[in-house]
Amino acid sequence: MKRLLRHFHGGLRLPEHKKISMQELISEAPIPPRLILPLQQHIGEPAESLVSIGERVLKGQMIAEAKSFVSVPVHASTSGRIICIENRPIPHPSGLNAPCIILEADGKDETIDMQAHDYHHMEPAELRHLLRDAGIVGLGGAGFPSFIKLNPGPGNRVNTLLLNGAECEPYITCDAMLMQQRPHEIIKGLLVMKQALQAEHCIIAVEDNKRLAYTTLVNALEEHQPHKIEIIQVPTLYPTGGEKQLIKVVTGVEVPANNRPVNVGIVCHNVATAAAVYDATQGQPLISRVVTVTGDAVKHPRNLQVRFGTPFRFLLDQCGFDERAEIDLIMGGPLMGFKIADQQVPVIKTSNCVLSLKREPRRPAMPCIRCADCVLVCPVQLLPQQLYWYARAQDFDRIQDYHLFDCIECGACAYVCPSHIPLVNYYRFAKTEIWAQEEEKKKADLARQRHEFRQYRLERGKKENEERRQRKKELLKKTGNKSDDRDAQKTAIEAAMARVQARRAEQEQQRKNTDNLNLAQKKVIEEIEARRKKTND
Amino acid sequence: MFEAIFVLAALAIAFGLLLGYSAIRFKVKGDPVTDKIDAILPQTQCGQCGYAGCRPYAEAIANGEADINQCPPGGKVVIQALADLLGRDPVPLNEENGQHAEKTIVHIDEQLCIGCTLCIQACPVDAILGAAKQMHTIIDSECTGCNLCIAPCPVDCIYIVPVKRDISQWRWPRPETELEKPEADKS
Repeated sequence: MKRLLRHFHGGLRLPEHKKISMQELISEAPIPPRLILPLQQHIGEPAESLVSIGERVLKGQMIAEAKSFVSVPVHASTSGRIICIENRPIPHPSGLNAPCIILEADGKDETIDMQAHDYHHMEPAELRHLLRDAGIVGLGGAGFPSFIKLNPGPGNRVNTLLLNGAECEPYITCDAMLMQQRPHEIIKGLLVMKQALQAEHCIIAVEDNKRLAYTTLVNALEEHQPHKIEIIQVPTLYPTGGEKQLIKVVTGVEVPANNRPVNVGIVCHNVATAAAVYDATQGQPLISRVVTVTGDAVKHPRNLQVRFGTPFRFLLDQCGFDERAEIDLIMGGPLMGFKIADQQVPVIKTSNCVLSLKREPRRPAMPCIRCADCVLVCPVQLLPQQLYWYARAQDFDRIQDYHLFDCIECGACAYVCPSHIPLVNYYRFAKTEIWAQEEEKKKADLARQRHEFRQYRLERGKKENEERRQRKKELLKKTGNKSDDRDAQKTAIEAAMARVQARRAEQEQQRKNTDNLNLAQKKVIEEIEARRKKTND
Repeated sequence: MFEAIFVLAALAIAFGLLLGYSAIRFKVKGDPVTDKIDAILPQTQCGQCGYAGCRPYAEAIANGEADINQCPPGGKVVIQALADLLGRDPVPLNEENGQHAEKTIVHIDEQLCIGCTLCIQACPVDAILGAAKQMHTIIDSECTGCNLCIAPCPVDCIYIVPVKRDISQWRWPRPETELEKPEADKS
């Protein structure tokens, strides 16, 4: 049965640059002497360290655990010793530092006892638990914890499990190579995911520029009968690899704004995630991934199986990096990736590609001429020029009226802009500003609440004091404070004065610490007294 | 003619009663404009506007006693929001009230603190923890950065510190292109 494919709006045909890194099979990258393992390699809350400095860990051992729901643990990529836990630069657009565990490899690469699980007889919840403990996140680039996406949630039924092998961004070939080399793992992982989701049928979507990957998968599928897996080719168009775009192409369903695909009965995962899921059922947690090392400054571009924590520079040097070249180092693809300032940042779970692009002179941005080229290519049918306008004016209410948060930041608009306006950067700026403002608003509400409560408390205190005073006054009035018992008052005062006098005298007595003196001391005192008498006389 | 006068008078009385009744029945409690203004203000409670807190300032704006440009912590953003709400033109911040600056919080040097509780009494949002003759400390997440605790401290042990920002709170910078040179004030 031939599936009828649909189109999403817009899209771009880009020069692929994929062949250069597909000349060789995936090879295992050497283990660097020191691995830098950030505690946060995913979307959500950072993991919390479980190890202490100096501790020896084995490959696959959990070294940081997930404490909150949207989080996954981190595992040691090789055996060795923990030498420190400190802030190091991580691959992030900010270039800021974040807490990392630094592991010194001992070269033995000793493994923990990895036990294969009999996943065929596991409950969906057990499977999710297993995948969470294996630290699996979406390997397509976003890094969202997979076990959450494998939970349809109450009231949702998953009809289709879609495996994303589109890999639409130029230069990146890690998924294509993985499909060519490990088709069985991908299919087995897909079946595990299907079991966790209780999905009805599965589709693997591959862009039609990856012929070899497609045929390998189709051939591999023949060995996995019976199944309900369909492998289809989708037209090569950027950004087909976007989750909602691929769903539209394959099923014709448009996922509504502010909804997740699971709300329409579809769940989408990356092919590399499926392979990692299979590995997890075999007992191996997520400690490495396939990374495409390519670009202008790399003599020997290829795909490598890289342990997490390997510094970018170490990886580049494995591929003949020309360090004198004037390049921009990018993690991810040329459109959606971001620049890396420090070459020592480590490969993390979301690093699909290490790209070195020749630094081109920045083309000056010209005014927007409202040509609407960006509107034509936008895959989400937004109005990029309006979004740009309001982002520039920092009018964050209006920009949300134009559905800023539906933007997938694919960069197609900026790519076609004849005025070279960095449009996506404006949208990212607006998004983070809006989030910050919301955060501030929450804080302001808290401050208002606390201030109002304080006002109320002070007011209440004042009122209570006043009432107490009033009560005392009334009591005094009742008992009577009249002039005819002046004498009684006088005697009371005299008695009080006498008491005070007596106490004072007693204290005076006590202050003279002249008890229990020895003879010498008494003699000294007598001498002093005599002297005092003489001078007084 | 009398019929006409009678009918009109009866109608006038009837509608008058209806209006009078609905004015009492549907009376709006509180001032909704004040609430809206208060929602925009940053709730620093610093008093730089010349009023005892954000709520009194909101009331003053609602009554037309104060201008919308007297809130230095809010800066341009708050002025713009107030101008939009009240249908006025945005005006630059009144320099007499202070300069707009990035939000800060304060820290107590716990070695120097003598436990006098003066700062606790000054704090408008109860963000200081402590008791008489006991060391005091600031609850970072509650501090609004109003700096009202600094002046009463007899041993000058309260310092202004920048708000700690980790990677999750990082914001993308506003793209600066050659076309539009960075503005002086980008609040």
